[in-house]
Amino acid sequence: MKKTTVSKLVHKYLPYVVVIAAFAVCQSMISAGTMPRTTKTLLIPVCTYIVMAVSLNLTVGISGELSLGHAGFMSIGAFTGIVIAAYTQQVFNCSELLQLLFAILAGGIMAGIMGFLIGIPVLRLQGDYLAIVTLAFGEIIRNVLNCIYISLDGNALRFSFNRPDLPGQLLFRGPTGATGVNRIATFTAGFLLVLFTLFVVLNLIHSRSGRAIMAIRDNKIAAESCGIDVTKYRMMAFVTSAALAGMGGALFGLNYSTLVPANFSFNASILILVYVVLGGIGNITGSIVAATVLYVLPEKLRAFADYRMLVYAVVLIAVMLLTNNQTIKNFLVSFREKGHEKSGKKGGEAV
Amino acid sequence: MSENVKRKSNTKMVPFPSRAIVPERDLGKRPVLECSHLGIDFGGLRAVDDFNLTIGKTEIAGLIGPNGAGKTTVFNLLTKVYQPTSGTIMVNGKDTAGMNTVQANRLGLARTFQNIRLFNQMTVEDNVRIGLHNQISYGMFSGVLRLPPYWIGEKKQHEKAMDLLSIFHMEDLANEKAGSLPYGAQRRLEIVRALATNPSLLLLDEPAAGMNPKETEELMENIIKIRDQFQIAIMLIEHDMNLVMGICEGICVLNFGKVIAKGTADEIQQNPEVIEAYLGRQREDEE
Repeated sequence: MKKTTVSKLVHKYLPYVVVIAAFAVCQSMISAGTMPRTTKTLLIPVCTYIVMAVSLNLTVGISGELSLGHAGFMSIGAFTGIVIAAYTQQVFNCSELLQLLFAILAGGIMAGIMGFLIGIPVLRLQGDYLAIVTLAFGEIIRNVLNCIYISLDGNALRFSFNRPDLPGQLLFRGPTGATGVNRIATFTAGFLLVLFTLFVVLNLIHSRSGRAIMAIRDNKIAAESCGIDVTKYRMMAFVTSAALAGMGGALFGLNYSTLVPANFSFNASILILVYVVLGGIGNITGSIVAATVLYVLPEKLRAFADYRMLVYAVVLIAVMLLTNNQTIKNFLVSFREKGHEKSGKKGGEAV
Repeated sequence: MSENVKRKSNTKMVPFPSRAIVPERDLGKRPVLECSHLGIDFGGLRAVDDFNLTIGKTEIAGLIGPNGAGKTTVFNLLTKVYQPTSGTIMVNGKDTAGMNTVQANRLGLARTFQNIRLFNQMTVEDNVRIGLHNQISYGMFSGVLRLPPYWIGEKKQHEKAMDLLSIFHMEDLANEKAGSLPYGAQRRLEIVRALATNPSLLLLDEPAAGMNPKETEELMENIIKIRDQFQIAIMLIEHDMNLVMGICEGICVLNFGKVIAKGTADEIQQNPEVIEAYLGRQREDEE
């Protein structure tokens, strides 16, 4: 009994512990001044990609639907966030912190609404077909963004489709995206957003709704026969995932002075999917670690210039082979069981 | 076991309200299921034709027939996996026309599957909790924000799930993965999960398949126990004739989608058409 409770607690809070520990290490390095400048610039994107990977894991791992358009929701969040930040600064004269808060909220809401609208047709499909259609919607979002122009004219936002001749200050100009963005994203905000994402996703998984989502993944027909509204819960997972991606996108967008829609192409979606698959489908802690390592790695390999993508590819293949190797799996399992026995004994002694 | 069998032979089947037959004790109560002229076509094939059946409020009914007779199709029609081409299905007096599986479940139909369909990645307890999904509920926001309804709901679900698992003495297995259970336990878990949805009619598709004689005997006792404890009707498809003849009060025999006989176990065993369907016709020149 003790054994199961100890391992259960560890299992339950592991993602939080990993994130908080990493944040503490980074913060102390920053305040001690030992963190290189190049590493510092990676902190916010890493936070963003953790949010992206964890939210995509909700769709792919928990809901069991292969979504290839996650970067589309990220771009909606990013550009909504940029526009809202500029708008709140101009109109309400908000502080940077409030701007960031409103931008992230607006990015999440906007991406959530788009997730709902896209979910209506997409969630009628399953498996490969669903994957292809989400891919298509990801591309549609990018191409529509290429045609949208937004300007801030006094206290009013003006939108146009394919017509750049808007009055006022242009915030977003189609294919050239947003330029001159006020870089208000901070590492602490990124850390809090990661914690928020973990809180939402983990609490959702371990609740009545989360069980329903997993039941549909495991066996749709049986879930229906138990009276579970399949469409509702698939939509719940999809919209939550999209909204979190939008929030991550807003943070990401406010970290760069220039951002173009082409940043959020199909490649970006695949990159996030790689984090999820290599971290382990359905494994939240795995997503966090994979997103961090695989985002930092190519940046650190910049010194090797021409060879860096080659090394990156080799690492990916190595990870895939190693995580699927039965001998190593058995070794890890025996290692974990030993750990459990130890903690169980300790618990016994204490009593 | 033997006394259970005796109980069956004491059952008296009486006409209700006209041509349909239900056990005598259910006479004053509304039948849980009334099918009339139910039929479905798959392309040119008439899989079920003119299926009429009434099941009393606490009856244990059997649906038997040779392979391919359309027994599982009848279950799929009742639970609205298929929509019937003709005929009506009344559950507790309500017409189920145009309903889907989820609505049929809320009306009181729960089922198990011939090829077991558990949520394999989830624990035994979580499988039962899925069955309790609509019985003990709280919203998504309570769940994510851990508001009081979450804690109250989770506690109630846990207690109720353990309560239900205790029917088959499976409390110890609550934290096991459902997919790693032995075959017989998986079948029992499916029954518990179906029971958790608070049905008024429980449909069991070959509950004893793959069980040894001892397990089958326990299953028979448990089916009767469930009926007595929950006061529900149970309809089962089964090839194990000991089980069917032992506990079913009314038996319906299907062959090629048509009902060829209805009645008590004794009547069915002596029906020449049933014998023909199972064993084949005796050649005339042999006589």
